[in-house]
Amino acid sequence: MTHLAVSGLRKSYDGREVVAGVDFELAPGECFGLLGPNGAGKTTTLRLVLGLTQPDAGSITLLDHDVATHAREARARVGVVPQLDNLDPDFTVRENLLVYGRYFGMTRADVERRIPELLDYAGLTTRADARIQALSGGMKRRLTLARALINDADLLFLDEPTTGLDPQARHLIWERLRQLMLRGKTLLLTTHFMEEAERLCHRLAIMDHGRIISIGTPRELIATTIEPEVIEVYGDGADEWAAAAGSQLALRCEKHGETVFCYARDAHALVSDLADRVNVRYLHRRANLEDVFLKLTGRELRD
Amino acid sequence: MKSGFPAISLRFIHVWRRNLLVWRKLAVPSVLGNLADPLLYMVGLGFGLGSMLPQMQGVSYVAFLAGGVVCSSTMMTASFEAMYSAFSRMHVQRTWDAIINAPLTLDDVVLGELVWAASKSVLSGCAVLVVAAALGLVGSALALLIIPVILLTGLVFAGLGLIITALSPSYDFFMYYFTLAITPMMLLCGVFFPPEQLPSAVRAAAQVLPLSHAVALSRPLMNGALPDHAWLHVLVLALYAGVSYGIARHLLKKRILK
Repeated sequence: MTHLAVSGLRKSYDGREVVAGVDFELAPGECFGLLGPNGAGKTTTLRLVLGLTQPDAGSITLLDHDVATHAREARARVGVVPQLDNLDPDFTVRENLLVYGRYFGMTRADVERRIPELLDYAGLTTRADARIQALSGGMKRRLTLARALINDADLLFLDEPTTGLDPQARHLIWERLRQLMLRGKTLLLTTHFMEEAERLCHRLAIMDHGRIISIGTPRELIATTIEPEVIEVYGDGADEWAAAAGSQLALRCEKHGETVFCYARDAHALVSDLADRVNVRYLHRRANLEDVFLKLTGRELRD
Repeated sequence: MKSGFPAISLRFIHVWRRNLLVWRKLAVPSVLGNLADPLLYMVGLGFGLGSMLPQMQGVSYVAFLAGGVVCSSTMMTASFEAMYSAFSRMHVQRTWDAIINAPLTLDDVVLGELVWAASKSVLSGCAVLVVAAALGLVGSALALLIIPVILLTGLVFAGLGLIITALSPSYDFFMYYFTLAITPMMLLCGVFFPPEQLPSAVRAAAQVLPLSHAVALSRPLMNGALPDHAWLHVLVLALYAGVSYGIARHLLKKRILK
């Protein structure tokens, strides 16, 4: 049984293939991350899955409904947290929940019953009658998340849920998302924060140029894609050091900006060589998802 | 989504009710505005300008004017709602995006907006009727038949307005439609004077426009008579409403579900 099965999905705009053959499945209760640089096709994939645009090819089964013919029925069991805030500015916090519940065919009484729990979840109990304009960015995000839960959805789509939030607000959203996972909800989130993906996702797919180029658990991706240890070297002598010693001692060295990244299975030799030098500074750390991401998608700037 | 015909469902009511809830917050000033606007026309133009004019088609100028203003007010309200307000919800506030993430379709949204804009225009058209009745300008109970005419007129201009909304990159674009369509209709379709006064070529062109047909129905009803060729005018308005709704729906789908 799967909550979402996507296969052979393709979509072009003006001859440019934005989604170029995407396959993945979501098991119930899983948190699945879709990672990729801007323009990788993440948001288009979400729109296709929700039935908000027609694919050129491929099939999508969402909560046992064929999206090509029954997207609306499938959406009844889905919650969506969009990338751009679309809370209703004409309404208060409470009215936003009320009106959104009606879109799901809920009666006023149904929604009223759910509102206290949702306000509590969003940490907005005392702000129930506040206008949307009076909320901070973090509060708006939490309300959007609560709104997506109005129908007690089985599956939640979150498109860059923490983009634009400060660290405190971001940690609070992560904590709330983990609560949902404990309650057995299935999550699909897109992000370009590697830390977010590493903290939350059971499994993730890295997307670029409309394709999934790697898929697996965060540990698997790190283990199979990249050397386990990283030394970042910077300072006036970094270039010279990399040419003389770094490239001998590391499996791989790359220079980006003013920093030399050296990858190794065991960084002891590198560290002891660097320790005595005066004109370089270094940082020794374990390889993380960001290293995987940058290796797979390259380091050039995307717009 | 693939079919050429809208999947009509009562779900559009949810969209309509959302707009009603917003309107209710500002209901008092809105209704006062609806009443003040026609009152100003009647007093300013009707009594002011009208005092210098002879009887028009057997009634005072102000009574003549009431039969036209009921339609022009309806046109204005439906147009504003289907353009500025709907555009805000579609493009600026992204309210439509939020709605179609729920189990509603864009068809539900478009129909909800169409019926909402028409509903608001019914309110403003009926306010003109109330003002006219209060001023003793209503000829007979036949004037009640103006209410369905208002609804139909509202649907026409809601549909046309939504077409412009679908094509519009920003609020500025609406000015073209006002300058090129709404103002000419306001001035040439018999709201302020009988269309027979116009040069024949202009008159022929004006007769194609929907507001002419609305006024041809409402004016006799206001003044206590049954309109000539009533069904023809109803048919033309119904065609305008149906076709403009179809085009608006098609264009909005192209814009939003791309």
